[in-house]
This record gives sequence, C-alpha cells and structure tokens, in this order.
Amino acid sequence: MADILPTLLFAEHDDASLNPVTARALTAALALGAPVHVLVAGENAQAAAQAAARLDGVAEVLLADGPAFAHRLAEPVAALGVALAPAYGALIAPSTAVGKSVMPRIAALIDVMQVSDVIAVVAPDTFDRPIYAGNAIQRVRATDATRVLTIRTAAFAAAGEGNAAPLRTLDLAEPSAHSHFVGEDIAASARPELTAARIIVSGGRALGSAEKFHEIVEPLADALGAAVGASRAAVDAGYAPNDWQVGQTGKVVAPDLYVALGISGAIQHLAGMKDSKVIVAINKDEDAPIFQVADYGLVGDLFEIVPELKAEIAKAKA
Amino acid sequence: MKILVPVKRVVDYNVKIRVKADGSGVELANIKMSMNPFDEIAVEEALRLREAGTASEVIAVSIGPAKTDETIRTALAMGADRGIWVKTEEAGQGNTVEPLTVAKLLKAIVEAEGPSLVILGKQAIDDDSNQTGQMLAALLGWPQATFASKVVVGDGTLDVTREIDGGLQTLRLDLPAVLTTDLRLNEPRYASLPNIMKAKKKPIEQKNAAELGVDLAPRLEILSTTEPSGRTAGIKVASAAELVGHLKQAGVL
Ligand SMILES: Cc1cc2nc3c(=O)[nH]c(=O)nc-3n(C[C@H](O)[C@H](O)[C@H](O)COP(=O)(O)OP(=O)(O)OC[C@H]3O[C@@H](n4cnc5c(N)ncnc54)[C@H](O)[C@@H]3O)c2cc1C
Repeated sequence: MADILPTLLFAEHDDASLNPVTARALTAALALGAPVHVLVAGENAQAAAQAAARLDGVAEVLLADGPAFAHRLAEPVAALGVALAPAYGALIAPSTAVGKSVMPRIAALIDVMQVSDVIAVVAPDTFDRPIYAGNAIQRVRATDATRVLTIRTAAFAAAGEGNAAPLRTLDLAEPSAHSHFVGEDIAASARPELTAARIIVSGGRALGSAEKFHEIVEPLADALGAAVGASRAAVDAGYAPNDWQVGQTGKVVAPDLYVALGISGAIQHLAGMKDSKVIVAINKDEDAPIFQVADYGLVGDLFEIVPELKAEIAKAKA
Repeated sequence: MKILVPVKRVVDYNVKIRVKADGSGVELANIKMSMNPFDEIAVEEALRLREAGTASEVIAVSIGPAKTDETIRTALAMGADRGIWVKTEEAGQGNTVEPLTVAKLLKAIVEAEGPSLVILGKQAIDDDSNQTGQMLAALLGWPQATFASKVVVGDGTLDVTREIDGGLQTLRLDLPAVLTTDLRLNEPRYASLPNIMKAKKKPIEQKNAAELGVDLAPRLEILSTTEPSGRTAGIKVASAAELVGHLKQAGVL
C-alpha cells in the first residue's frame, strides 16, 4: 500500500533527552502499519531529535526547534500539529501531561474524536481502551478519516535502538499568543522515573508524615534501585509530591515489581498498578483489598517490617 | 466576570461497576450516581472566586438525559447561581455524547453566555477521556491550563499552577481562558441543608441539543465492553526473609 498516509508520533522529551515512554508509544504507532515520523517540538531539542532518530522503525524525525516551542505549551504545539495533520493518517502521543494537553486540542481543530489511553491496537482503526478506572475495557472503531490517539505506554514494550533515521528541520512556529510560561518546579532525582522504572515502592496514608515517608519508603526504594510512588491519600496529606501519585488520575505503571506499603487498595489506586508483573503488599489489615491483587502479602506493621525487608534485600544482594 | 462550570453526572466513585454479560456496556440500572469529583472541585473553585469578589456569577451547565438536572441541582446547592441543562436522549449503545460533541455544545453555550472563564474537571471518572476542556479551549481559540492545582487571578490574566509529570508548572493565561482541575486545587464544600432548600428555587434553563446546531452522532463505534483480565490473590508470607526468597525465585530482585 504505497499511498497509505504516514503516522505522526509526538515525542515526549525535555529537549536534552528523549523520555523512554516515546519508544513505547512508537511500538503502538508502528502497529498501525504505516511509516512512522517522529515530531520533536522544543527549544534546543537537537539532542532529543537525535535520540528519536536512533529508535528502530522510525522513518523520519521532524524537528521543530525554537522559542515558540519552549516548554511545549499546548497552544503552539497543537497549532504545529494542525499544520502537519493533512499529511498524516494518524497523530499519536504518549498519555503524558503534555500529550494529554496537546492532542485533544488538535483533535478538536481537525474535527476528530480522539481515542484516549489506547492499551491495544486491534486494527489500524480499532483500539482497546480502559474506562471506569480500568474496570471495563472498551473496544472502539474510529470512523474519522484521521485518527488521533494517546497511548497508555505501560501497555506497550519499548521499540529498540540502532536506527539512523533522517532528520528534517521544520520552520513552522506560531508562538503562543495568550498563554505564557512563568516557571517550573521540577525536582531532580537520581531515582528512575516512575513510568520507566522496573521496580516501584509506593507508600500510603499509613506512613503518617512526610518525615516517615522519607525515612521508611525511600531507603527501601533505594535498596531496590526503585522509583518511589504514592497513593492519593499520601500526596494529599503532603507526604509525597503530586507527581508520585499512582492511580486512575495519577500515573499508570506496570513495573516488574510493585511494592505497596500501607496502601489499602482503593479501585482508583489499583487502576494505576494492577498490571504490574509482581505485586507485593504490606498492610496491617489482613482484609485490605490490596491483598486481592497482591502476589505476595505480608500482614503486619510496616514500620517493623520495612527495615527488616531492607536488611534481607541487602543480604540477598551481597 | 461570569464563570461557566460544566458538570457531569457519573457513576459514584465508590461504586464498583459491573460489565454486562453480553458485552454491550456497563450496568447502570439502579446505581448510585453523583457529580464527577473533578467537577465538584471546579464548582468549588468558581464559588471561591465569586466569594473573593473576582467573579460575579457562577453558571453550572450539564449535558445529559433525564435526571441530569439532579447534578445541576447539586452544583446549585453548593452555591452556583443558576443552571443550564442541555437535554439529550437516554445514553446507551450508539448514542453516547462524546467529548468532541460536548465541547461543541459547550462552545454554543459559551457564545450565548459570554463567560470569561470556563472551569472543567480534568477527566470524568466514567470514560476517563481527559479531552473536553482542551477541545473546548481549541474550538473557542482560548488558552488553556489543564491539571490546575492553584489559581491566582490577576488583571485580565490568570496564573495557574499545574500538576505535570515531573512536578509543577506555572502558566499565565490571558482571559478568557479554560481551566481543568486536578485533585489538589481545593477541597469541595458540602451543600448545607438550607442551601439545598434554596437551590430548589434557583432556575435551570432547559435547552435542546439539536437546537444548538450540533450534530450529536458519535464518531467512535463501540464494538464491545468487556471485563479486564483479572488478577487473583496470591499467597501470604510470614516474614520479610520469606518474601525476599520468593522475589528472588520470581526473578524480580
Ligand atoms: C476522583 C478520585 C480520584 C482518585 N484518584 C486516585 C489515584 O489516582 N490514586 C490513588 O491512590 N487514589 C486515588 N483516589 C483516592 C482513593 O479512593 C483512596 O482514597 C486512596 O487511594 C487511599 O489511599 P491509601 O490507601 O494510602 O489510604 P487508606 O485507604 O487510608 O489506607 C491506608 C492503609 O494503611 C494500612 N495501615 C495503617 N497503618 C499501617 C501500618 N502501621 N502498617 C501497615 N499498614 C498500615 C491500613 O490498614 C490501610 O489499609 C481517588 C479518589 C477520587 C474520588
């Protein structure tokens, strides 16, 4: 099919580097069966564009570089997407804060109904997506000529690296007229990112304070080389920063190992982690719903068990 | 300034939904319905802006079939001044009102009412789409700030702190603008009994979706709705040492 329109994948990146969710969304994009172009929009984003060109299966990288795209505000990136849309059969982005903000804007402007949080590509126009916090899976067929999708990246494996796709620089830039960047507060962390981590240790309301969260949850995470997550209750109470929230309305993760400490297992939390390969729960209430999804449950006081667990892990790793 | 707050009637967040055995959808008969929690946060924020003297009027709007007015009434009982109900057919297979359609209907309401600010929830907890606010902003050509956790009104502008993937970001939007709420923006109030009584007398204007000139036909064909592949409970272990033994064996350490 030579006349098939290519797919445009919006890269998730911070200019300097490509976020690993991009390689996962690429797997979903490739499943549509058309050549995939990756769009890198940013300011001084050459490095991210080069990283995108190395991803296997990418036919071409488009770089839109300039002050208009600094911080990837929704308005200019959506305007760019709308300008590029006629040449594409599908526009795709990972379900990140940027992807969720930009893609519906584009969809509305080209009069397309978006399919959010795709977890499986059944056919080039047919997708599975979770509804009701993942308690039901809807299979939908998109009837618009162009498809606009966001991808739940935890559901797709990452594409490999070793490619050298050509890079094309775009000179389209429509600065944001009515929305202006004021500032950002992004915590630098040596730990793996939640959405990319192989192991996650999460803490809940049971931790009781930010100090205890820091004293109990974080050392266990570090012993495991893990990312740190939290329940909504822990975030609301200020024990953990908002971007650590795992769940229906936070981050959706599927690591090899998920350790839930003092988390009850509300449906909204389960929605964000129940596709993890192995789940461990430590909770003093033996009837806590988290045990219904846990492979290994330990009933007891986390303040006693977690230090022991940390010591056992150190022994096992020695 | 006027603030428009779209609110959606959804299955209450405490209800564990059931998928119909024939794959045609989710069981909705005799199930507790409530206002989408993110929309409660949106109503609360609008009320606080009115109470601070920044906003003059808060209008709650909802799009939906019979009983949707109950949800508008909840917003009125919280303190919204008046309501607009865009009445649609009973929801079901083939006549879902999709986010794009909702955004088009809301655009027509915005054009009629002239608010300077529209505050929506970031997502509805039934379809989890996270689209309507962004789509409305796009159709109006207005700036947007999604996932708001703090809002400060300036002179013709709005400083909005947003919950983004790595932390927080602050944007300044020129008004008029569209905001979507995140969980940490505020804690919504409960409606007091006197306010529930007062809300019964507040006006709800009814509109018909068709008369707003919007095509309601869905663009996504729902082929099936199924249960997710379930997880079964594993085993209970007695000690940290036993747990580590299992994890080593499972190859995840
Ligand atoms: C619109 C909406 C969206 C939401 N989105 C999310 C979301 O994305 N993510 C999310 O997580 N939640 C979300 N929630 C909240 C969710 O409903 C729960 O309230 C929340 O997950 C509970 O957090 P928790 O398990 O930490 O607290 P709790 O439910 O209070 O559980 C604490 C647990 O700790 C145990 N415990 C107490 N002390 C100890 C001890 N010393 N040792 C061991 N165990 C102990 C208790 O037995 C209990 O099981 C949302 C809710 C709404 C309404």
